Amino acid sequence: MEFGPHLMLAMLEGLVQASVLTLTALGLSLVFGVMRVVNVAHGEFFMLGAVFAWWITQAIGASPALGFIAALLLAPLLVGLIAALSDWLVLRRVEYDPERTIVATIGLLYIIQQLTLMSFGPDARPVPPPFNSRIALPWFEWGEGGLSLYWPWGLSITSYKLFVILAAPVVLAAFWLVMARTRLGLVLRATRIDGEIARAFAIPVEKVYALVFGIGAALAALGAVLVVPIQQAHYLMGGDPLLLSFIVVIIGGLGSLRGTVLAAVLIGMSDGIISVFFTPTLAKIIATLLVAMVLVFRPEGLFGERRA
Amino acid sequence: MKKKSLSGALTRRNVLKGAAALGAAGAATALPGVARMAWAGGSDQPIRIGFQVHRTGIGATYGRWYERVTNAATRVINEAGGINGRPVEIIAEDDGTDPKRGAEVVEKFANQHECDIAYGTLFSHVVIGSAPRAGELKIPYFVVSEGHHVASGMLNRYTLQPGITDVKSQVKAMAPFVAENLGRKVTMIFPDFAFGHNHRDFFSEAIAAQGGEVLEKIAIPPTETSFTKYFARIPRDTEVLYHVMVGPSVLTFVKEMGEFFGGAGPALFGFIDSLEGVDIATPGLEFLEGSYFWEGMPRYAQPDDPDYVKYYREQVGIDDNGASVDDPKDVSTNAHMFACWETLFAIKKGMEDAGYRGPQDRAALIEAVEAIDIMLPGREHPQGAKVFNGKTHQVFGEQYISRVKNARLEVQHRTAIEEGFYPDEVDYTKQPL
Repeated sequence: MEFGPHLMLAMLEGLVQASVLTLTALGLSLVFGVMRVVNVAHGEFFMLGAVFAWWITQAIGASPALGFIAALLLAPLLVGLIAALSDWLVLRRVEYDPERTIVATIGLLYIIQQLTLMSFGPDARPVPPPFNSRIALPWFEWGEGGLSLYWPWGLSITSYKLFVILAAPVVLAAFWLVMARTRLGLVLRATRIDGEIARAFAIPVEKVYALVFGIGAALAALGAVLVVPIQQAHYLMGGDPLLLSFIVVIIGGLGSLRGTVLAAVLIGMSDGIISVFFTPTLAKIIATLLVAMVLVFRPEGLFGERRA
Repeated sequence: MKKKSLSGALTRRNVLKGAAALGAAGAATALPGVARMAWAGGSDQPIRIGFQVHRTGIGATYGRWYERVTNAATRVINEAGGINGRPVEIIAEDDGTDPKRGAEVVEKFANQHECDIAYGTLFSHVVIGSAPRAGELKIPYFVVSEGHHVASGMLNRYTLQPGITDVKSQVKAMAPFVAENLGRKVTMIFPDFAFGHNHRDFFSEAIAAQGGEVLEKIAIPPTETSFTKYFARIPRDTEVLYHVMVGPSVLTFVKEMGEFFGGAGPALFGFIDSLEGVDIATPGLEFLEGSYFWEGMPRYAQPDDPDYVKYYREQVGIDDNGASVDDPKDVSTNAHMFACWETLFAIKKGMEDAGYRGPQDRAALIEAVEAIDIMLPGREHPQGAKVFNGKTHQVFGEQYISRVKNARLEVQHRTAIEEGFYPDEVDYTKQPL
């Protein structure tokens, strides 16, 4: 493939990945920002979102579009409820102690993964996309007659991938509106800044925590519902999103939403581009190296607040 | 001991030529109609076969079907009187498609379950991880894996592959067809572990011998979930895209390949591994129409299927589309799983020839299997005739090349056994037992 179309393809693939990653990492970042909990089970909530999406589309069975819309609404809700419940049953009881919550969420990771294996099974299962047509993209070249367009082999995207790229900013905007303009957002921000003071102002902090844990998991599930018509639901699919989300959140700054979004786009795009031009392994090496550099030179992350 | 069963006027080649004709006779004698002989010949203690199965992990789809075929073959063997008058019992353990766990499972078979032998592994990294332990414990280890690792000499005398041909032999037999019918400039896409590296190395050799060349070799980790980024590396002047993929995302792999080319693109030659367990009529796979696939054994019932193939399909419970008779969406891995059936019958033959009684006869069992040589097509070997090489512990057989027509695979070409022969790389019989 020539350089130009190749780069274009790499960027499109990177954008799809960045969109899903943004939502997933945002969930992880929100949970850490408000609750100071490092949620190791985050990738499993992502996986649950994909598995529920398969389950819902199978149960509805009618048209792929109807099933997909139902999955888009129901799967994050279900996953959010499960997460809120596990917060209530587990994290609250270990008093959100940083070390113990890490161990507890590792436990959650295995419980969710193995329960999925026992019920859903070990197979990868496809979810039909609501719409999917191949859109060939043109490229330009300097020919004898000046600038002309042509359609290079392989330079294409599907309508569904375009939808994913557009859906992520919409969800982000909605999330920002809730955080900045609603009473709920105010409560969340207050709890994030100082839980003790928030409690003094009669904010039911424990309920807020359960809610936040649920919202964080639901965001991961939403990312998974968006990606599952491209990939497939599989009980081991939570590993990569967890690793990438941690990379994003560390680079962007734990708890900083703006940093998370920027880092997700940076990592998603660079992963796409480096994977295409070099190897996917090199992309992971560079991302991990970047994490190490950030931890050494700017431990609070690119956009994190310095804490005393 | 070698060739004792087929000495006299018969040469190996003559036997092979007559094999098809003898097939019917073989089928008739293979499974005597004697129902349940009440384990007459010996003790009623069962022969315990430890079955290392990929129930979970990236090999789970294969594992599910390997288990069904193993259970079917065991039932058939037991209904016909078992082995040496003793019933066969399968002790299945999940290895998670993980080499480390694989070695532990072999150890459990030898020390904890008191199995007579270990059997059944598919994924090459698990075989390579488990075989050294089997050698140390001196427990015969019958693998069903396709990898060249057995015949390459990297394993040991206790590891045998009598039921399925290896990649080196498959691609050698296949390369002339690819070069003559599809093109000589090939780009290869393969999974980035031992099995895929076998494809890379031996197909490159085989196509070069046909005057072709491999333009680009694209390795993909078997756990990968998104593939378009790899397709961009396919050179424009590629005439044939050779693809073989495994893992949970094979459907995504093939779909994205179709989306990438959008109806243009090179001729496609795939190993059915890229679509094992996946329905070819899945929306998004229409572009495969007219493309070619290797199959170890045809997934779809063919019009000229002999009776023993029909018998095998009925016993393992697959319909004419190669899906489970209970669930048409549960598509089998028939291009590979037949080998579990055939391996169990090879074990039966070995145990009977060796007069196997218990673990004290393990060495005699290895020698008896090494002496097997010719396997005739029939109910015991429904995939076709085979030649077992006792020195390299590897079986050789026919390969099928099928073409997608109306979203079904139709067999176009069947290679001869000799086309897959290559010089021996090891003589395991020289290793001590």
